[in-house]
Amino acid sequence: MPESAELPRAESIDSVIELLSQHDYLAGRSLATVVFLALRMQRPLFLEGEAGVGKTEVAKVLAKALDRPLIRLQCYEGLDVASAVYEWNYPAQMLEIRMAEASGVSDRGRLEGDIFSERYLIRRPVLQALSGEPGKAPVFLIDELDRTDEAFEAFLLEVLSDFQVTIPEFGTVKAAEPPIVIVTSNRTREVHDALKRRCLYHWVDYPSAADELAIIRRKVAGCNEQLSRQIVAYVQRLRTIDLFKNPGIAESIDWATALTELDRLALDPETIGDTLGTLLKYQEDIARIQGGEGQAVLAAVKAELLAAS
Amino acid sequence: MQLAGGNDGIVVPPIAAGDGRFADNILYFARVLRKAGLKPGPGAVVDAIEAVDALGIGSRVEFHAALGAIFVKRHEDQPVFDEAFEVFWQSRDLVGKMIQLMSPRSPDRSETQKPKAGQSRVSDALMGQNQRPEREERETEVEVDARLTMSPGEVFRRMDFGQMSARELSVARREIERLRLPVDTVKTRRYQPTPRGRRIDPRASMRHSLRTGGDLMLPRVREVRVQAPPLVVLADISGSMSQYSRIFLHFLHVLSERRRRVHVFLFGTRLTNVTRQLRHRDPDEAIARCTEAVADWSGGTRIGETLRVFNRQWGRRVLGQGAVVLLITDGLEREDIDLLETETDRLHRSCRRLIWLNPLLRFEGFEPRARGVRAMLPHVDELRSVHNLQALGDLVAALSAPVSRASDPRRFLLDERAS
Repeated sequence: MPESAELPRAESIDSVIELLSQHDYLAGRSLATVVFLALRMQRPLFLEGEAGVGKTEVAKVLAKALDRPLIRLQCYEGLDVASAVYEWNYPAQMLEIRMAEASGVSDRGRLEGDIFSERYLIRRPVLQALSGEPGKAPVFLIDELDRTDEAFEAFLLEVLSDFQVTIPEFGTVKAAEPPIVIVTSNRTREVHDALKRRCLYHWVDYPSAADELAIIRRKVAGCNEQLSRQIVAYVQRLRTIDLFKNPGIAESIDWATALTELDRLALDPETIGDTLGTLLKYQEDIARIQGGEGQAVLAAVKAELLAAS
Repeated sequence: MQLAGGNDGIVVPPIAAGDGRFADNILYFARVLRKAGLKPGPGAVVDAIEAVDALGIGSRVEFHAALGAIFVKRHEDQPVFDEAFEVFWQSRDLVGKMIQLMSPRSPDRSETQKPKAGQSRVSDALMGQNQRPEREERETEVEVDARLTMSPGEVFRRMDFGQMSARELSVARREIERLRLPVDTVKTRRYQPTPRGRRIDPRASMRHSLRTGGDLMLPRVREVRVQAPPLVVLADISGSMSQYSRIFLHFLHVLSERRRRVHVFLFGTRLTNVTRQLRHRDPDEAIARCTEAVADWSGGTRIGETLRVFNRQWGRRVLGQGAVVLLITDGLEREDIDLLETETDRLHRSCRRLIWLNPLLRFEGFEPRARGVRAMLPHVDELRSVHNLQALGDLVAALSAPVSRASDPRRFLLDERAS
């Protein structure tokens, strides 16, 4: 397989786990499996999941681990070809025309050829992602695809299936080697089936308690062991009580960092009340936890940890 | 294929092949199909005659396949074609079938004999509109089928809606064309060329100027494109609303057909997303699938709980991009009123516009006495009355009416304070 030669450090699922872990990303087995398959089959990877579960991080870490450039296309509503794919440098083109006029060039064909050449082409992320050299194809992160509209999605379909873009005045740009594509979505809109069909789909879920503890140990240096355990148990329990917006891993890490900065060694109601804003982002949820429910959760967490020790 | 003749109701007695009138029959068959909603052109008829000639007198299956290959150009039309073929070229029990088609009462049907999609349209096509008794007023039959319930007090029922006749369908499509929701445009962040505008489009200007070798730099302009926002419909199908369910479903089906980005949810005691079922092009087929998908037709209602589920599971997924929410319910909530208020509030704050269509409002002197109604009132942008929910035209008219004091939900609250 030529791919395995190009990706020498990702030839099995275990090596993918190892590779990501070297760069502080602890991937579960299922996620590592789809990442491995995406690399092996050269198919785009479509990651969907709640905010703050580490979807974007996968692409960043993968780029670092495989030593590839990371090209990021942050999606928003109204994203169009001019800002996603390419744009001509109009002011420079205008100048060129004036210059040509001044020097008396009247050969239209040559003028056109000059104006629409590489010099005046501004490459946007999609075009950049298609211009990787063999063996060094970039990691192309299409972040929050659900924020674009259907028109852009339809355009992307074409790019993701052929890895080529046609610029009318310039010609077709085809990737020498397809980039490693990671698409993420927060599900603020259902992405069309046709696009998902071209990708490997994976729903990124919240981690288990053991995984989350490992992540916090890894990410928050200097976080006290007892505190980490309490934080993880607390957050895990919060996710079960039907909040409007569950805290993601990013929030757990933030919270652990905040409590470490405040030099806390254990959770107590007052501390939780003061730092809840790092964990919950909806007023209704905060009000619930600051009321009686937070106390009950904390009591349950302490009982649980006592029983475990 | 010798037929039992002598039925006055039969417009076209199909005649066996080789009788010299076979071509005529295919022609008539094409007409029936056209009336039933397919679009066979004259070319198709010629092709069909040719094909059958080439086929010779073969088996019925081959004949069916040959005609199908010529007349059916869209997969959705297959059930209608099948039904028409069945009726038109059927030699056995033709009389029985015709009687069944002409009988004013809907025939008894058991679970196993569901009406096939398109059956009523085919019978319209065969009989002609005038010879068929009106079926519009036909009551929907409700077959109650209590099963093992998931939650106490929840009875699963299956609904059986009358099928849509060809005329109803064309009227419905015409009505929906007239639908203009108020405030129904959203500025997108895309542009389109325009003859006069104020934003210069550099790319187009450049391309255009090259036609003259760059001598003439005429600026090309563009404007912001507007489009209709996504529409999310939450329709109540509980017992108190069941008499309107049929018209909703047809309305929603045609709406999904005519408009991009329509999401439809039905709720009684539980919420069902029927967006995909309604995408089926054939209305009967679509509605049959909806009825299969929904477990609790005309049972109880838990509006608050339903809205909670919607907000949590679907709100973020379908309310993006400035969606307008159409809430069709009478607001008769018996359970947790606080929950209802909180969730209506949340829904209101996560969409662009919340329009509540309440069939109770048409009664003179409607006062929001019901606690559920009172809880929802402060959180909707518009409360629209619909004069007669049984008529699609009135539904469309109600939704298209401009925003006015009549649709302002606060007037009920003011009236209360005054009194």
